[in-house]
Amino acid sequence: MSDTDPTTSVPQGGNMTDQSVRAPQTVTRIPRAHAEGEEAYLEVNDLHVQFPTADGKVQAVQGLSYSLPLRRTLAIVGESGSGKSVSSMAILGLHDRKSTWISGSIKVGGKEVVGMSEKDLMSYRGADAAMIFQDPQSSLHPFFTIGDQIMESYRAHHNVSKRVAKARAIDMLGRVGIPNPSRRVNQFPHEFSGGMRQRAMIAMALVNDPKLLIADEPTTALDVTVQAQILDLISDLQRDFGSAVVFITHDLGVVAEIADDILVMYGGNAVEHGPVDKILGAPLHPYSWGLLESIPAVSGTPGPLHPIPGSPPSLLAMPSGCAFHPRCEFRDRVGGDLCRTLKPELISRTADQGRTSRCHLKEPDRVFETEVLPRLP
Amino acid sequence: MTAATNTKSGVKRVEGAPLLELDNVKMHFRTKGDGLLARKNKWVQAVDGVSLTVQPGETLGLVGESGCGKSTTARLITRLLEPTAGSIKYQGVDIAHMSERKLRPYRREIQLIFQDPYSSLNPRHTVGAIVGTALRTHGMVPKNGELKRVQELLEVVGLNPEHFNRYPHEFSGGQRQRIGIARALAARPKIIVADEPVSALDVSIQAQVMNLLENLRKELGIAFVFIAHDLGVVRHFCDRVAVMYLGRMVEEGPRDALYEKPQHPYTQALLSAVPDIAVVRGVPPKHRIRLVGDVPSPVDPPSGCRFRTRCWKAQDICATQDPPLEEKPGGATVAACHFAEPPVESIVAEVV
Repeated sequence: MSDTDPTTSVPQGGNMTDQSVRAPQTVTRIPRAHAEGEEAYLEVNDLHVQFPTADGKVQAVQGLSYSLPLRRTLAIVGESGSGKSVSSMAILGLHDRKSTWISGSIKVGGKEVVGMSEKDLMSYRGADAAMIFQDPQSSLHPFFTIGDQIMESYRAHHNVSKRVAKARAIDMLGRVGIPNPSRRVNQFPHEFSGGMRQRAMIAMALVNDPKLLIADEPTTALDVTVQAQILDLISDLQRDFGSAVVFITHDLGVVAEIADDILVMYGGNAVEHGPVDKILGAPLHPYSWGLLESIPAVSGTPGPLHPIPGSPPSLLAMPSGCAFHPRCEFRDRVGGDLCRTLKPELISRTADQGRTSRCHLKEPDRVFETEVLPRLP
Repeated sequence: MTAATNTKSGVKRVEGAPLLELDNVKMHFRTKGDGLLARKNKWVQAVDGVSLTVQPGETLGLVGESGCGKSTTARLITRLLEPTAGSIKYQGVDIAHMSERKLRPYRREIQLIFQDPYSSLNPRHTVGAIVGTALRTHGMVPKNGELKRVQELLEVVGLNPEHFNRYPHEFSGGQRQRIGIARALAARPKIIVADEPVSALDVSIQAQVMNLLENLRKELGIAFVFIAHDLGVVRHFCDRVAVMYLGRMVEEGPRDALYEKPQHPYTQALLSAVPDIAVVRGVPPKHRIRLVGDVPSPVDPPSGCRFRTRCWKAQDICATQDPPLEEKPGGATVAACHFAEPPVESIVAEVV
């Protein structure tokens, strides 16, 4: 067998004494410690995204702020309609100007994206920031070969010949673990499996070496064994390219594996932000706690699930005060009707400056029992 | 064979037979061959020799990746498909090739819950009509009692009984799934086949629907065949779990045995690939197995063991001999592998 790439060796019978390539790998990933004072590459400040519709104004994102340095992965977690995808599309300037109203500031590597001209956006997209979408089937053009599509995005930013661009495409396909890249480069998307298509999408996103990668549910459409491969790939590539990654997902298991930080979104706003181990270990916001309580885990003792009552709010008619208050089981612990009338600020915890949360509850009251996870010592 | 006795509903039953028994069921779909001279037909072996039993009130989980045949199995059990080989026995009576007319009383007792709460409800019918149709089709209640029963069912699944006049678009995804459950319950089934019932729902809503199904199971004693790709969901809900790969069953056993001491390499790989939230808590990282390559095509599956092309234990024997699903010494599950053994280290992280 000539192929030595470990992801390609698919033996067809024969003697399998060579266990070195095929032995199961043990992968250990330790979240990086929070590095203070690192310069932010992505800075989102008071971002609002609204869509005027016949039924009224859809307030998809309402005053979102966060920052992300290079070499770190931020997971944005939330349910449908929480604004996680809408806010990330704004980072790439993908919203239609005519039908979207955006305010606030998004700075990527010092460049202001909100209000950027279409011409500047063309050179910004792909080169500074790139995106991977959920569905690789519909994000690839079925009429063009994988190679053509990668070459197109490379040549949009580099003035090179087709031959050079093709060599680059083959190199990228190899780096994302596609077997036999010089042959695969001439194939069409339908000749690729789901996992291979997602690898090709990643190759296309990274071909111009962007420093910011936005991955919008990149593994949701994939099977669990393929998902594990893609998560490993994204982690490896991030290390090699030194980029910042925004990873949008609803799966807290995936978050635990890939992220350094978490931003929990609810009703178009951040409700909690901080290092992954702290938020998943001891959440400070009742919504984060509720999400953790709703997950049936593969390990530990199976206990009863404790779902969050009710359903997410309509973006056309947001609840007054704290957006989560109609579903919150802890609002009785807050005096008066503060939760109903006043929107809490996203503030740092006194003891721990690295994390912020948006809740009226006093800190000693914010100790939530979790069935899923044992308490931190 | 013991003579089957007729019951009032027209459903026959053999005393002592399990509620549901599939024996070596195969479902091969015909496709056109490749190329210009596409004369030769090819067969997609979607399900190729699946055997399982479900006892009354029991829940069996079917897990596996896309294309492994778990949804086809669901459609075979509910007889939306007629198998190409094998038998499907309901209370001991083979329904695999039964005519549509004879099958009708059985359809009442074997109900299906669908994955997509949007496309499985007719948008032009009110909720009352959707649930009422199920009552009428199976002659469950007299005409004048229909509305009352519909309202009862809506209440059972946690919806406002006064909302029977509303249309599906007025409900959220989780509420629609509850309507689908009410429709399945309308026929008073003995077994419900649930094909990915919660995978289209948000996490918090998913937990609500899971708890509803759990309560129904306990209170009404309905048996479930629960199909899901989410191994956490299956672990939460099922008594026994069967793992499928490329149209075959590779391992089956009681839930805890299968999750804690899986014997088949594929089950081990599948479990170890599940991202586990426990890793952030300083819990020892899992001994992780990364499978290489993709699932082979079910048109031309590998000879012998179907998993051998991705298996790190594969030897010559795997290419020539198809391993049967059998008990292994020291194992608590049945596995179809020549080299089945429990893992040395724990596959899922242990919470201490």
